Amino acid sequence: MARLAASRPSRAEKKPFLTPRRREALTGYIFALPFIFGFLALTLGPMIFSLYASFTEYNIVNPPEWIGLGNYDFILRYDEEFRISLKNTIYYVILKTPLVISISLVLAMLMHIDLPGQRYFRTIYYLPTVLTGVAAIFLWVWVLNPEGLLNRGLGLLGISGPNWFFDPAWSKPGLIVMGMWYIGSPILIFLAGLNGIPTQLYESAEIDGAGPLRKFWNITIPMLSPTIFFLVVTNIIGAFQVFNSAYVVSTTAHASAGAPAQSLLFYEVYLYIRAFQHLEMGFASALAWILFAIVMVVTAIQLWLAKRWVYYES
Amino acid sequence: MPAIAGKEEARSVSVSWYQSRKRQDFIKKALAFIVLMLGAVMFIAPFLWMVSTSLKAQANVFSPDWIPDPIQWRNYPDALRSAPFLTYFKNTAIITLFATVGSVLTSSLVAYSFARLRWPGRDFWFGVVLATMILPGVVMLIPRYILFSQIGWVNTFLPLTVPPWFGGGAFFIFLLRQFYRGIPMELSESARIDGAGELRIWWQIVMPLSTPALAAITIFAFNGAWEDYFGPLIFLNDESKYTLQLGLTTFAAGGGGVPLWHWMMAASLVVMLPVIIIFFLGQRYFIEGVTLTGLTGR
Repeated sequence: MARLAASRPSRAEKKPFLTPRRREALTGYIFALPFIFGFLALTLGPMIFSLYASFTEYNIVNPPEWIGLGNYDFILRYDEEFRISLKNTIYYVILKTPLVISISLVLAMLMHIDLPGQRYFRTIYYLPTVLTGVAAIFLWVWVLNPEGLLNRGLGLLGISGPNWFFDPAWSKPGLIVMGMWYIGSPILIFLAGLNGIPTQLYESAEIDGAGPLRKFWNITIPMLSPTIFFLVVTNIIGAFQVFNSAYVVSTTAHASAGAPAQSLLFYEVYLYIRAFQHLEMGFASALAWILFAIVMVVTAIQLWLAKRWVYYES
Repeated sequence: MPAIAGKEEARSVSVSWYQSRKRQDFIKKALAFIVLMLGAVMFIAPFLWMVSTSLKAQANVFSPDWIPDPIQWRNYPDALRSAPFLTYFKNTAIITLFATVGSVLTSSLVAYSFARLRWPGRDFWFGVVLATMILPGVVMLIPRYILFSQIGWVNTFLPLTVPPWFGGGAFFIFLLRQFYRGIPMELSESARIDGAGELRIWWQIVMPLSTPALAAITIFAFNGAWEDYFGPLIFLNDESKYTLQLGLTTFAAGGGGVPLWHWMMAASLVVMLPVIIIFFLGQRYFIEGVTLTGLTGR
């Protein structure tokens, strides 16, 4: 209001081009320019080029050569490694996501109880989440060594542990075990969700004689369903893009990406091999767009299913 | 089952109901505590095992002892001298510095524009910010690589240090925008009456009032750059340009013989150390940042 009044007298004399309003708009636009420019030059432009490249044969050295749907046709109909990598990735997504969600929910519910040392638990469970580099992956290759810490622990329980990263049947479960170290964020997000549930709901359910299990299924789960939905969607998108851990594990333990026996050949590992070991940029671009389409379809299906189970208060 | 027993008693005597209720509560808490303790031990054990291995003699790395005998401190200097770690460290420090400063400054500026200025097209562009969050990075990866190789940036630090200056990523913009919207608009209005420009309002009023959010972003950006593996893997070729994360992998590739686990663990611990220290110093901001955006650490 004050600004409007201030601008009036000057307008009577001579109308300046830069009214306060225009000046604000101009500043706003200039301040946002880093993002806008970056989006056009580093996101939109590359995406358009990548779409074009996916219809070509292109090795960077020579100019791209148009081959129409050739890459897509080969990948979807004949490419054995594509099929293996997609199967591995889906296996990983399907096994890992429910484990992440359920374990972090249980831990968050336990941490939600008023306990001594609550703060320390939060710190301990969150710490690994910040350690995403190669160093932490090395640590897990070592812990999951056939004679490593985990198998020693299992030995104490009378279980003889598998060979993990040296056994094609156990390498993906090994990677998932390692993934359970990184559930700090879902725990924190669940804790925030649990804090948002009004305690009166539980109190009145207790008066009606509901036991713990009834309260869990009829209050906690519906009230947390938006949180669960968010975590399921983001975790699935993330799991489809698994690369670092699989690549470092397989090159550390076997000096070959995707080993043993292609059991760690995940989608992005395969894409990396095609793009940066064989320099098949057109082919790899087609792979990237197929992954993008898969992730979009999976997310769309979840959005559609969400109407049936996600409960929003309104 | 104790729940049912508790209810039956409640019908007869209310005092004993209260007592059993208290006992039930205690049992519940004790069980929760034990489970969380066991979990915490499982979460920490790998760390301790790493420390232990890093101090063992090579002949003993497979020994089950937690306390090495002998304790071999010289693994640390030996491991770090086995490869040009000082160079890796310098490279990583340079990249991390530029990437962190760039993403914090520009994400803050962009967020200020989205949160506190009115301009045509603002909501559209904020929608674009949100949309970029769900794009799989791999779709942009190949054309970006081609772009950078055309302009001669491959095998330099530029692909890692320049892109963060374009808004620092959607999550940062989103987090800061949420925070900036909470700062009373009257502060800006009165500064404008006093003749302050937007740049000054941003730098002297909004930035100082946002230290918790900025701290969270700084930590995220630092960790992201320090621990980035994929970017350096693709864009850096010469060993003299390697970062610490890439440098570590030279241990694994080394010779194809027996992996030197005691050295790998020692070097890995040193590489992790800055991140661990910053985590403990900035824990509070971290946890706020994660809950504010649902930003998952990976």
